[in-house]
Amino acid sequence: MRIRFVRRMGVSAAAKLLLRFAAVVLALLTGALFIRLIGFSPAQIYAGMVKGVTGSTISVRETVKIAAPLCVTALGLAVAFRMRFWNIGGEGQMTVGAIAASYIALFHADLPQPLLIVLMSAASIIAAGFYGFIPAWFNARFGTNETLFTLMLNYIAIYVVQYLREGPWKNPKDMGYPKIAMFAANAQLPKVLGVHIGWIIALALAVLVFVYMRYTKQGYELTVVGESSNTARYAGMPVRRIIIRTAIISAALCGLAGMMKAAGADRTLTDGVAGGIGFTAITVSWLSELNPIAIVVVSLLFSALEKGAGYVQSTYKISSSAAAVLQGIILFFVLGSEFFIRRRIVLGHLHDKA
Amino acid sequence: MIEAPSVPRLQTINLTKSFGELRACDGVSVNVNAGEILALLGENGSGKTTLVNMVAGLYKPDGGEVRVSGAPVAIHSPTDARRYGIGMIHQHFKLVEVFTAIENICLGMPRESTRRGLMARTLAFIEKYGLGVPLDMKAYRMSVAQKQTVEILKALVRGADILILDEPTAVLTPQESEKLFDILRKMKEAGCAIIIITHKLAEVMELSDRVSILRAGRNVGEFATAKTNPRELTERMVGRKVDLSIERVHAQKRPLLTLEDVSYAHAGVKLLDGVSFDVSGGEILGVAGVAGSGQKQLCEAIAGLTGITSGSIRLLGEELAHLSPREIYDRGVRLGFIPEDRLGMGLVGSMDVTDNILLREYRTQRGGFIRRKPVRRKAMTLVSDLAVVPPDINRAVSQLSGGNLQKVLLGRELMQSPQLLVTSYVVRGLDVNSSYTIYDLLNDRKKNGVGALFIGEDLDVLLELCDRILVMCAGRVTGILDAKHATRAQIGLLMTGSEAV
Repeated sequence: MRIRFVRRMGVSAAAKLLLRFAAVVLALLTGALFIRLIGFSPAQIYAGMVKGVTGSTISVRETVKIAAPLCVTALGLAVAFRMRFWNIGGEGQMTVGAIAASYIALFHADLPQPLLIVLMSAASIIAAGFYGFIPAWFNARFGTNETLFTLMLNYIAIYVVQYLREGPWKNPKDMGYPKIAMFAANAQLPKVLGVHIGWIIALALAVLVFVYMRYTKQGYELTVVGESSNTARYAGMPVRRIIIRTAIISAALCGLAGMMKAAGADRTLTDGVAGGIGFTAITVSWLSELNPIAIVVVSLLFSALEKGAGYVQSTYKISSSAAAVLQGIILFFVLGSEFFIRRRIVLGHLHDKA
Repeated sequence: MIEAPSVPRLQTINLTKSFGELRACDGVSVNVNAGEILALLGENGSGKTTLVNMVAGLYKPDGGEVRVSGAPVAIHSPTDARRYGIGMIHQHFKLVEVFTAIENICLGMPRESTRRGLMARTLAFIEKYGLGVPLDMKAYRMSVAQKQTVEILKALVRGADILILDEPTAVLTPQESEKLFDILRKMKEAGCAIIIITHKLAEVMELSDRVSILRAGRNVGEFATAKTNPRELTERMVGRKVDLSIERVHAQKRPLLTLEDVSYAHAGVKLLDGVSFDVSGGEILGVAGVAGSGQKQLCEAIAGLTGITSGSIRLLGEELAHLSPREIYDRGVRLGFIPEDRLGMGLVGSMDVTDNILLREYRTQRGGFIRRKPVRRKAMTLVSDLAVVPPDINRAVSQLSGGNLQKVLLGRELMQSPQLLVTSYVVRGLDVNSSYTIYDLLNDRKKNGVGALFIGEDLDVLLELCDRILVMCAGRVTGILDAKHATRAQIGLLMTGSEAV
């Protein structure tokens, strides 16, 4: 008996839903086993996770706060992924965006808040856009591998923050402890319904990106380039320009997310400003099949998981690694269900295709 | 029915296979004897490939029986098929690209068979059938014909004496096809039973002993090749009377495209070497030549996809050399191009008919947004005018059959009202009906004063359809002949590089 995986086409919406539901159930069961093994009550922990996310207005707000930059980064990456440009430099682009915004926040805090926020946003978009331009230009000009290029740029950005923290931007009031100063109240994102306005920006951008991809010439062009650059050339599209333009847009969105994280959540600049969001966003982006509206929902679910795990960790004194394992188990099953949505298991011999 | 001399080497009895609603094979019975070549003829979607895939163990039949030398067998996998001596040469080769020929042949063989032993057997087959291929060449460096040879060797070394070839000549030049036929004839004489799937009638007549015809998943006729003719076969295949002659319409000619001394070198290799010719409006200029003689570069140079090293390309007085496709369009010159690689260049496979038409249309729309509504109307017109099946403008074009795909591509290019049409292997892989639809479309445009450059591989088609035939060899034009008086032999000679006198 052999086990084989066969790709399948045209899975009905109902079957997809059923598979995903099954995945969640299996994840919860496996997670329960794990919780039991480390000596806790699964029911209690799960209830705790739900409570951590929806238990109070504050916890809902916290979840949304985590979701906003994740969503914007995932939107940015989706634009590049649609062109089959593997931008895995979300971390770096977020960080560079945050650095640029922090410069304005730290040294021009005397400006009125609306102007200051607009300037910070613009700075983050421009700086990150440039950071995305570099690998795109090399890719379009010399055919360099954008995956490695964007990945490496992540580290440069993070080390630049460390340099700024140890040197030029070190806060003298922190008595030798290397830290960058907190942003002035002026330079922090204002709140709407108790959460910084990043969440409104994220929702607006989701609609914007959806329209851009589906209804603009540029969105059409980048999709064609992603499918086949030969076809794009055949149709007379300026392929290099499209690659560079798209990468800049992708990076600029990530940069804006970095600004949101620094000015909205952290209220300062740290080397952990991206903190893995740039990588998580890759998963969010693909899990949403690059659909901007789905990205909003998926990033909320991801953030809920994160928040819930964080809550049980602090409430039930579960170690942080155990909470991470629990998070991993759930993710594993959900991602796994995507594998089975696209493929079918065939036992034994090779049969017909469905 | 023809009396089989003895028990057939391979026989299918009432094989049936459905895919969902579709009955791909509906009780198909064919047989092939040792020392015989059976041609399996049928239009796209008639069930040929499904039938042989069942025999090769790739599909499981819903009903019916396969017999090898008279004994019923159950074939559940390619391994089973191999055990009964059945070897299949697929249309798309399944070689490991980074392995050499011999490594590919040895791959997956039982451990007890030593490499040296396999080598000896391989060499014996090469000797016996004239299967020339460098055994230490890596697959990715091989030509298509060489890869095919390796596939045949693979099957033979695995002990196959029942060989099934799925459209083996679709990817070969006339010369390579001839070579393959020689090999197949030798194998037949050595006692192999061979089934060849094709829809090229000339090949059926030339190579096969018997023809079995399928239509819509059913047997619709079996003939001894010697006692039939292409017309009878075609009528059986398409199910109605057809006129096999290609019309050569006559149209008013006017100067259109002129190439003067066009050369193009890439990495030190001259791919186009002093090419000069002209095409008039109302004329179809055929281009013959062994694949890779510079046809692709010629088309792409005219369409503005590759630059040229020297020379001039003028269309209606506009110099096109060194212009990009966009610049050519902006000069107001309308040029339709059907590239050889339909899905990799002409169309976007994952997009629907509407979005593929948009490929040419989107730039003419104003502003930064795309309006799909007018394009959708055009897509409906295209789909109904050219009878695209299924007539669904929202279906990804990669799901269309080859003929329908080509209709979409050609239809879109004709929508631009081109003054010049450049078509590269436009009927490759298409069945008879689709091919004739395409010829009709070309002739129709020709009557309206459109000039066409028709890169072809079937010399008979070139001779019948075109006004003049240009022959290329190694990037040079070796002759331009009047199609009315040219012969196959003449063209063949020019294809090998001897200049016209």
